[in-house]
Amino acid sequence: MQNLYRGRVGVTLHRAHAPVTSPALADVGRALLHRAGDTPSLSHSLLRNDVPSAFECQTEHDKNHKLCCTGEENWVDSRTVYIGHKEPPSGTEAYIPQRFPDNRIISSKLIIDTPTSPMTSGLPLFFVITVTAIKQGYEDWIRHKADNAINQCPVHAIQHGKVIRKQSQKLRTYYAVQDTKAFTTAEEFDTLHSTIECEQPQPDLYKYVGRINIYLDRDEPIARPLGSENLLLRGATLKNTEFIYAVAIYTGMESKMALNYQSKSQKRSAVEKSMNAYLIVYLCILISKALINTFLKYVWQADPNRDEPWYNQKTENERQRHVLIRAFTDFLAYMVLFNYIIPVSMYVTVEMQKFLGSYFIQWDDDMFDEEIGERPLVNTSDLNEELGQVEYVFTDKTGTLTENNMELKECCVDGHVYVPHAICNGQILPGAVGMDMDMIDSSPGVDGKEREELFFRALCLCHTVQVKEEETVDGIKRGIHQGKSTSSYISSSPDEVALVEGMQRLGFTYLRLKDSHMEILNREDEMERFELLEVLNFDSVRRRMSVIVRSNTGEYYMFCKGADSSIFPRVVSGKVEQVRARVEHNAVEGLRTLCVAYKKLSHVEYEDVCRLLNCAKLALQDRDKKLAEAYDVIEKDFILLGATAVEDRLQDKAADTIESLHKAGMKVWVLTGDKMETAAATCYASKLFHRSTQILELTTKRTEEQSLHDVLFDLSRTVLRQHGSMTRDTFSGLSGDCQDYGLIIDGATLSAILKPNQEGNRNGGNYKEIFLEICRNCSAVLCCRMAPLQKAQIVKMIKTSKEHPITLAIGDGANDVSMILEAHVGIGIMGKEGRQAARNSDYAITKFKHLKKMLLVHGHYYYIRIAELVQYFFYKNVCFIFPQFLYQFFCGFSQQPLYDTAYLTLYNISFTSLPILLYSLMEQHINMDILKRDPSLYRDIAKNSLLRWPTFIYWTFLGLFDATVFFFGAFFLFDNATFTSNGQMFGNWTFGTLVFTVLVFTVTLKLALDTHYWTWINHFVIWGSLLFYVIFSLLWGGIIWPFLNYQRMYYVFMQMLSSGPAWLSIILLIIVSLLPDVLKKVFCRAMWPTTTEKIQNADKLYKGHLSEFTPLSSLHAPPARKHNRRGEESQNPAHRRSDSSRPKKMMYAYWGGRRDYRTFSSFLRIGENPRFSGAAYAYTAPGPETSV
Amino acid sequence: MMASSYSAKEEDGHHPGSAGLGDTAIRTRKPDNTAFKQQRLPAWQPILTAGTVLPAFFVIGLIFIPIGIGLYVTSNNIKEFEIDYTGTDMSSPCFNCSINHSWNNTTPCKCVLPFSLDQPFESNVFMYYGLSNFYQNHRRYVKSRDDSQLNGDEGSLKEPSKECEPYHTSEKKPIAPCGAIANSMFNDTLELYFIDPNGTRNQIPLTKKGIAWWTDKHVKFRNPGSNNPNLTAVFQDTAKPINWGKPVYELDTDLENNGFINEDFIVWMRTAALPTFRKLYRIIQKKNSMTPTLPRGNYTLEVTYIHFLNHLYSDYPVRSFDGRKRVILSTISWMGGKNPFLGIAYITVGLICFFLGVVLLFIHHKYGNRNNSSDIPN
Repeated sequence: MQNLYRGRVGVTLHRAHAPVTSPALADVGRALLHRAGDTPSLSHSLLRNDVPSAFECQTEHDKNHKLCCTGEENWVDSRTVYIGHKEPPSGTEAYIPQRFPDNRIISSKLIIDTPTSPMTSGLPLFFVITVTAIKQGYEDWIRHKADNAINQCPVHAIQHGKVIRKQSQKLRTYYAVQDTKAFTTAEEFDTLHSTIECEQPQPDLYKYVGRINIYLDRDEPIARPLGSENLLLRGATLKNTEFIYAVAIYTGMESKMALNYQSKSQKRSAVEKSMNAYLIVYLCILISKALINTFLKYVWQADPNRDEPWYNQKTENERQRHVLIRAFTDFLAYMVLFNYIIPVSMYVTVEMQKFLGSYFIQWDDDMFDEEIGERPLVNTSDLNEELGQVEYVFTDKTGTLTENNMELKECCVDGHVYVPHAICNGQILPGAVGMDMDMIDSSPGVDGKEREELFFRALCLCHTVQVKEEETVDGIKRGIHQGKSTSSYISSSPDEVALVEGMQRLGFTYLRLKDSHMEILNREDEMERFELLEVLNFDSVRRRMSVIVRSNTGEYYMFCKGADSSIFPRVVSGKVEQVRARVEHNAVEGLRTLCVAYKKLSHVEYEDVCRLLNCAKLALQDRDKKLAEAYDVIEKDFILLGATAVEDRLQDKAADTIESLHKAGMKVWVLTGDKMETAAATCYASKLFHRSTQILELTTKRTEEQSLHDVLFDLSRTVLRQHGSMTRDTFSGLSGDCQDYGLIIDGATLSAILKPNQEGNRNGGNYKEIFLEICRNCSAVLCCRMAPLQKAQIVKMIKTSKEHPITLAIGDGANDVSMILEAHVGIGIMGKEGRQAARNSDYAITKFKHLKKMLLVHGHYYYIRIAELVQYFFYKNVCFIFPQFLYQFFCGFSQQPLYDTAYLTLYNISFTSLPILLYSLMEQHINMDILKRDPSLYRDIAKNSLLRWPTFIYWTFLGLFDATVFFFGAFFLFDNATFTSNGQMFGNWTFGTLVFTVLVFTVTLKLALDTHYWTWINHFVIWGSLLFYVIFSLLWGGIIWPFLNYQRMYYVFMQMLSSGPAWLSIILLIIVSLLPDVLKKVFCRAMWPTTTEKIQNADKLYKGHLSEFTPLSSLHAPPARKHNRRGEESQNPAHRRSDSSRPKKMMYAYWGGRRDYRTFSSFLRIGENPRFSGAAYAYTAPGPETSV
Repeated sequence: MMASSYSAKEEDGHHPGSAGLGDTAIRTRKPDNTAFKQQRLPAWQPILTAGTVLPAFFVIGLIFIPIGIGLYVTSNNIKEFEIDYTGTDMSSPCFNCSINHSWNNTTPCKCVLPFSLDQPFESNVFMYYGLSNFYQNHRRYVKSRDDSQLNGDEGSLKEPSKECEPYHTSEKKPIAPCGAIANSMFNDTLELYFIDPNGTRNQIPLTKKGIAWWTDKHVKFRNPGSNNPNLTAVFQDTAKPINWGKPVYELDTDLENNGFINEDFIVWMRTAALPTFRKLYRIIQKKNSMTPTLPRGNYTLEVTYIHFLNHLYSDYPVRSFDGRKRVILSTISWMGGKNPFLGIAYITVGLICFFLGVVLLFIHHKYGNRNNSSDIPN
C-alpha cells in the first residue's frame, strides 16, 4: 500500500506525516489560488495538531509567501464541537465526562425534593450516555483509524506540482495538462510558473472546473482547462504511474471526499419513527400520571389531618412554601418517580443491537464473495431493520442485474454481420437467424471491405481504453485473449474493453497510446499510427463519445460511437435501415448495442472544432453547458458505419433473486440507461417480467401516437379494471393468479409526466397521481433510458407517494449514487465500475444475489428482533412503573417509591437488560433456510406490521394487566401481613421487594416465552440474569452497607424467602401474569395463524423431511398429504399458490443448467402463453424466432 | 412440555477454507465460519401451540387446586379474634379515656374490655395491635429516621440525619431516636386476663421476646456506646422524642430489651406497607400440650394509656384521622396468619387453568389438525 502512495505533492508540507490529505490525493491547488489573491482563509481544519503551521507555498513568483495555518485554533475549537460525530479525538473518553454532567443536571438539580435519590435517577441516564458515548467513540475510532491510515502516509516534501497522468484504482484515466507533461523532475518543476484558478470546494465528485495559467516567458500566460480528468481525489491510488507531481487544491476537510462525507444525510428507519411515536404516547402517559396524582394528592390532603397528621409533621420550611410551588414540586417529584416508564435504556439497547447486529451481515459466509474476496460492508447500522420493510426495490441493470462483464457478440457493418471467432469457447455461432444476413466474417466486396476496415479502425480508435502491459495488477484484471499478448486493457467502461478486445479478435489490435499517437496493428500486422487530437468524452446525457484523429496521410477523421438513439439523428448517410433493423434485433435479445459513425474533416473544419472546444473548455462558469453545446455543434453530419452488439450476461441467480423479491411482495423496478428492447429482454431473462405479465408501455413511441394524457388514462383503466375485479374475487393479498402487470416507461416520457405544468394545468397536475396509481398495480416496472438524476427522481416520487413505502435502491456505478442516497436503504454493489456506489451506500454487497439473503433473512430477522425489542421495552417499563402508580393511592399520594433505590436503578440496567439484548441479537423465529426458501414470509412483516398501534396497545395493556396483578396480588397478601410461622410482620420494603421479584421474573419469563431460538447464550442470559437478581438481592440485603445512611433493605429479601406464602404468591402471580399472553399466543396460532406460524408448525412437524426442491410448499408438505391439497384449495384461495410448485420446479431445472438469457428465450418458445396476446398494447416477448 | 427440537446443524468449527482460494489475502478476509457468526448455533426451538401448552395447563390446574384447598383449609383453621378498642362509641369502655381523661392526676387512664372466646386457641397465640388509616408508608414518614443512629453510631447519635426533621432536635439536644417514626411509637399497654368460671382474674403471661426480626434486634439495631450497660450515660446528651413520656433508655428494665434494641420499638420502626396494618405485640406461649393456650371462656383486655406529651388526646391518638385501634389474637400456621386470599386465588387460578386446558383441548382437536395438515400456505 505504501508504495502506491509514492506520489509527490506540489505543496510545501514540511512534516513528513501530516496533513489530512495524503500525497496523491490532495485535491490540488489551493495554495496557488491563495496566492492569486482571491483567497479565503486557507484550509483551516486540514492540519492536524501535530503539524506545525508550515503549510508553505513557494512559487517562483512569491517564494516567501507563507500561508500560515490560521485555522489551527479553529481546529481545536471545532474539534470539541464535532467530537461525537465527525472528527474523533485521540481518546474518546475525554469527552464523556463533559457530556455527562450536563445531562444529569436535569434530573438531579431541578427537583429539590425527589422521591428517589439523584443517583437513582441519574445513574441509568449516566449509563445510557456512557454506553452511547462508548459506542459512538468506538465508531469514531474506527473512522479515525481509517483516516489515520491515509493521513499518516509519508508525504514527500515540497516543490510544486504538475499533474502527470495517472490512474486510480477505479480505472479512471487522468491526464496531465499538455504543457506540463515535459516536467519530470523536481528540479524542473521549480522552474514552472503557473497559477490555478478553480471553483470553491464543492461536494460533486465528478465535476471539477478550473484553469491553469502557465507563464512561460513572463508575458501572456497560456491558459489550459482543468477538468475532473485532471483532478485526483483524496484516497486515489496510483496505478500505472510510479509517482506524480501535483498541486494540492483542496485539502483536509475541504477535499471533495470530505465534503461528500459530511453531506451524507442521516437516514432514519421506520422502526425508529414508530419508536418515537410510542415515546410520545408514553410521555403523555407519564405526564398525565403525574398530573392525576398531583391533583388527587391535593384533593386527598384537603383534610388537614391527612395532610399533616400529628405523627407526621412537616418542617417549618415545607409549611411556608406556597401551595403552587408545593404542587409544582410534587408534580416534578411524580415525574421523577415515574420517569422510568420512558425507557431511556431502550435507546442504548437499540444502538447496541444495531451495532452488534450488523456484524452478522458482515460475517455472513453466504454473502462472502470468493472471487474478489470481499465481504458485505455495513456503512450504517441504523437501517438494519429497514431491510425487513422494503416495499420497492429499485435496481440498476448493468453491473447489478448483469455481470457487467462484456463480450462483443457481433458487429454489423452496413448490414453485414460479423461474429468474432474466439467468442464462446471457440465455437462459431450462427450469426444470422433467418434474416437478411447472408454472411459471417467474409468479405463483402471491395467497397464493403473498405467500409469494414474503417469500421474496425473506428472502434480501435474511438475509446478511452488504457493498455496495461503487465499481466497482473491489483483489482480487476482483464486479460486479453490468451496467447496473443501479455497486456490487458483497462477502462472505466467495460463496453469499450469488450469492443477493443473484440476488434483484436477480428484482426485489429489496439496497441498503445504513445506520444499522442494511437497505434494499431491491422490484419496484415502492419502498424498504423493515428494522432489523437481531441476526445469528446462520453457522458450519459449525450450518450455518445467522439474522437478526432489524424491519420498518417494527414486526413482528419472524426469517429463517433454511441447509443443508436443519439447516433441516428446525427447521421446523414449510410445504410441506416439495415443497421437499425439489426440493432433492434440485437436489443431484443438483450445485447447492448452501440452505433458507430464517422466523418472526415478538412483542416479548416478541424481548426473550427478546436477553437469551439477550447473556448468551451476554458470557461469557468457553465462549462458543462458550454461544452455540451459545442459537442452538439461538432457531432453531426456523420456517415453511419455500423453497429456493435455486446453481451452482458445476467448475474448468477439474478432471476431467482428477483423472483424471490416478487414473492416477498416487493415491487421491483429496473432503472437503466439502456435501450428499451435491451432492457426488456434482460427483464424477461431475470424474471422481472413473466410470460404471463401483461406489459404496459409508456414510451415515447406511444406518446407520439396518442397524447400522453390518453395513454395514461388508457393504462390506468386497464389496470384498475383488473384491480377491481381482483379485490372482489379474493380477499387475500397474494397475487397468486391474478393478472400481473409490468410497466415499461422511458426517460423522456417520465420527465413529461413529472413536469409540473404539462399541457396546461387542467390535467397536468394529476398525471403523477395517475402514473403512481398505475405503478402501484404493477408488480414490475422497467424504466429505460434513464439519466442518473431521473433515477433519484423516481425513487423520490415513490418515496413521497401517499403510502410512504420503504424503498431500496441498489446499484454499482457512480450514476446510481443519487438513487442510493435518495432511497430509504441504499445498497451498493462492489462492482466493476468502482466503489462510488459502495461508498455512498448504507450497505455494500458483492453480488445482486446476496440481496436475497440480505432482505429475506437478515432484514426479516432484524425487523422482528427490533420490533420485539421496542415493544418489550415499553412493556417492561409499564410493568415496572404502574405498581408504583397504584401504590400512590395507598400511601397518601406521598411519592413513596415502592421499590428500593437499588432496584429502581438496576432494573433497566442489569436485571432485565441482557436477555432482551441477546434476544434481539439471536432470535430466529423461523429457520434461516426456510426464510430464504419461502419469500412470502416477508409479507408477514410488511408495513411495519409488528409495530402498529394495535400491537403496541396490546403490549401496553399486557403491561398494565401484569402490573395490576403484581400490585394487587401483593396487596391482598399483605392484607394480613403475617406470613411467617413466627408471627412477625413485614413492612413496606418487603411489599416492594415482593412486587419487584414477581416483576423481574415475569418480564424475563415473558421474554423467554417469546424466544423461539434457545441457544446456550439465551439460556445463559435469561437464567443468568434471574440468578443475578437473586444473588444481588441476597447480597444487597445481606450486610449493613457502611456507606449508606439507610439500611431499609437489610434482610428484607431473606425474610421474604423464609416465608412460604411469599413463595406461593410469587409463583401464583407470575403464572397469572403470563397466562393471558400465553393464551393469546395459543389462540391466535390455533384460530388465525399467520403464515409465519403455519410455517413454524409445519417446520416443527416435518423436521428432517425437507425436500431438495426449492419451492417451499413441497418442502413442508410430506408427499403423502399432497392429495388433500387439491380439495382444500377451493376453500381457501389464498393457498392456491402452493400449487405453482410444479411449474416452478420445471423452470428451475431449466435454469439450473445454463444461466443466461438465451436459455430463457428458447424456453419462451416452449411455453407460449395465450393470455399474453389478448390485452391491448401487450408487449411481445422476445419471439421464438429470434432465439439462439 | 413444549415442542422441542434441537436443530442438528453443524456445530461449529472452521470449514477448511474453500479449495479454490490460493490467495491468502482473500482467505483472511473471509469471515470465520463459526456457528455463532453464521447464526447457526444449535438451538432449542420451542413453539407455543395448543397442543404443547395443553398439558401445562392441566398440570397447573391439578397442582394449584390442591394447594389452594390446602391453603384455604389451613387459613380457616387459624383462630383469630379481634377487638376494637378505639373508643369512638359512647358505650365503649374506652370512650372516656380516649376523649377527656384529665392528665392532672398521675394515674394513667385505664379501660377494661371484656370478651369471650368461643373456641380454645390451641397453639401459641400471637397478640397484635392493629391501626388503620395510619399512614406509616407516607414518604415523609418513612424516611424520617436515622438508621446509623439506630445502629449505634455515636456520631449520628449526636447529630442525627437531616431526614429526621422536624423531629430532629429538642431543647437544643439531638433526639434519640430521632424522626417521625420513633416519635409516634405506639404506646398503649395491653394486658390480657382470663376470667375463671369462678370469677378470678388470671393475668395471662405475655412474652415480649421474639416479636422483632432476629436480624433487626441483633444487627440492625444497636445501642450506642459499645455494650456499655449504663444506657443513661450513653444517652446523656440526647433528648427523648417529643411525644414520649420517658426516654429511650427507660423503655424496659431488661438491659437486653432496652434502648434501641427494645423489641416493641424495633417492631414499630419497621414501617408498614399499607395504611391499615397490624404489628406483633406479644406472644402467648403454649404452656403444655394438655391445656390450650387460651381456653374457651371469658377474658378481659386491659388497656393502659400512657401519657402522651404535647398532645391533647389522652391515649395513643387515632381519632383525629379516623383511625381505629384493634387488638388481634391469632394462632399461626406454617403459612402465617389468617388470610384466605392465597387459598382462594390458588383454587381460582387452578380452576381457570383446568378449564382453559379443556378449551385448548377442544381447540387443539378442531384447529390443530388443520394446521398440522398439509395446507401450508404457498
